[in-house]
Amino acid sequence: MSQTSKQISYAALRPRLRDGMSILFGGFLGVGTPEGIVGEILDSGVRDLTIIGNDTGTPEVGIGVLVANKRVRKVISSHIGTNAETGRQMIAGELDVELGPQGTLAERIRCGGSGLGGVLTPTGVGTIVEEGKTKLNFDGIDYLVERPIRADMAILKAHCADGKGNLVYQRAARNFNPIMALAADFVVAETDAIVPTGDIDPDLVMTPGVLVHALILAGEQ
Amino acid sequence: MDAKNLIAFRVAQEMKDGDVVNLGIGLPTLVPDYLPEDVHITLQSENGFLGLGPLNGKTLPNLVNAGGKPCGMVPGTAFFDSAMSFCIIRGGHVDVTVLGGLQVDQEGNLANWMVPGKMVPGMGGAMDLVTGAKNVIVAMEHATKEGGAKILKRCTLPLTAAKKVSAIITELGVFRFIDGKLVLTEIAPGVTLDEIRAKTEAEFVVSPECCEMETPREAQPV
Repeated sequence: MSQTSKQISYAALRPRLRDGMSILFGGFLGVGTPEGIVGEILDSGVRDLTIIGNDTGTPEVGIGVLVANKRVRKVISSHIGTNAETGRQMIAGELDVELGPQGTLAERIRCGGSGLGGVLTPTGVGTIVEEGKTKLNFDGIDYLVERPIRADMAILKAHCADGKGNLVYQRAARNFNPIMALAADFVVAETDAIVPTGDIDPDLVMTPGVLVHALILAGEQ
Repeated sequence: MDAKNLIAFRVAQEMKDGDVVNLGIGLPTLVPDYLPEDVHITLQSENGFLGLGPLNGKTLPNLVNAGGKPCGMVPGTAFFDSAMSFCIIRGGHVDVTVLGGLQVDQEGNLANWMVPGKMVPGMGGAMDLVTGAKNVIVAMEHATKEGGAKILKRCTLPLTAAKKVSAIITELGVFRFIDGKLVLTEIAPGVTLDEIRAKTEAEFVVSPECCEMETPREAQPV
């Protein structure tokens, strides 16, 4: 690892992994999830994880493998329907699942990373989502107060990075990744390519490098 | 033509040229097949883009629809992150959302995301879509497979959103919510008002302008 690059190996992630930690993971049904980092977390043997992201993929794809291998204690997500194992463990009382609207999840993570104490959203008013939450009315409209989310670590998937950690995502793989880059104590991105610093047009940077602590070149051991 | 395609055809006639539209999975994805020739819409995909298009045989990496399936994109497509995607959805920038329904009631409440004890997939983006879209069209078969009513006095399943539905389109007819009342505005060819009443639990008004539901020319009455 050079002084000018944030590049590390998968193995260098090991000392940062521990039982019971919370992890924000990018991806939508596995697209935009760093599969190599998920594999490293699985191989490390850590358990009792809290994982936070849009969905739990499938038992074979995306973050779902951690659920299928019983490494997860709690899931905060908007959708678990594509991973039967998440539902099975939830019904068996082995897994705590907190479901919330996708837009609300995105805003809670954005709040967690941007110094905000929460967000007011009309989504969920009049449904079971409002249970236990503060409701406020402004100008005749009811809003739920939704609180911020942060995690110990965020694991992202980028298409291209430079040595400073500036990130570019590809197509629909962007999804939750840029928001999660704001909201964790340690942010690591698995990327398909690492180019020399300066080679990414500054106008096209999607996540500023200062938010990214480490880069892993996808597939490189 | 089966009931699903008949419904999709009628939903497609609701679209206006230039509309930004989000289609739920299942039946709603058939809607683009039946758009009138002079109506062009932009499809929003909740996983982060505007410009969803048909696959046309060629797959690209990291290009999937909100069901995680490979899809296409049209020239001028824009990708963005999930916060932007739901700013667009919640912020009223989507003109129409078309979703399936497990139950809809006469108050305009929709239930389509869980059956306690049986099916708990999660709401995904449905709650934000129904809350934020300018027009919420529920496109569904009129009754359950067992023949039970789905258009009810009051939903018994957990709601997706309260009092947000604009219209219900089934193979039997079209209902709209007008001034807080459920109004039957169209009846499908070959269907009687008595048949609709028998398969509908909700109280509804029959519009004085109630007319025959538009169906494709070649379609046979169901």
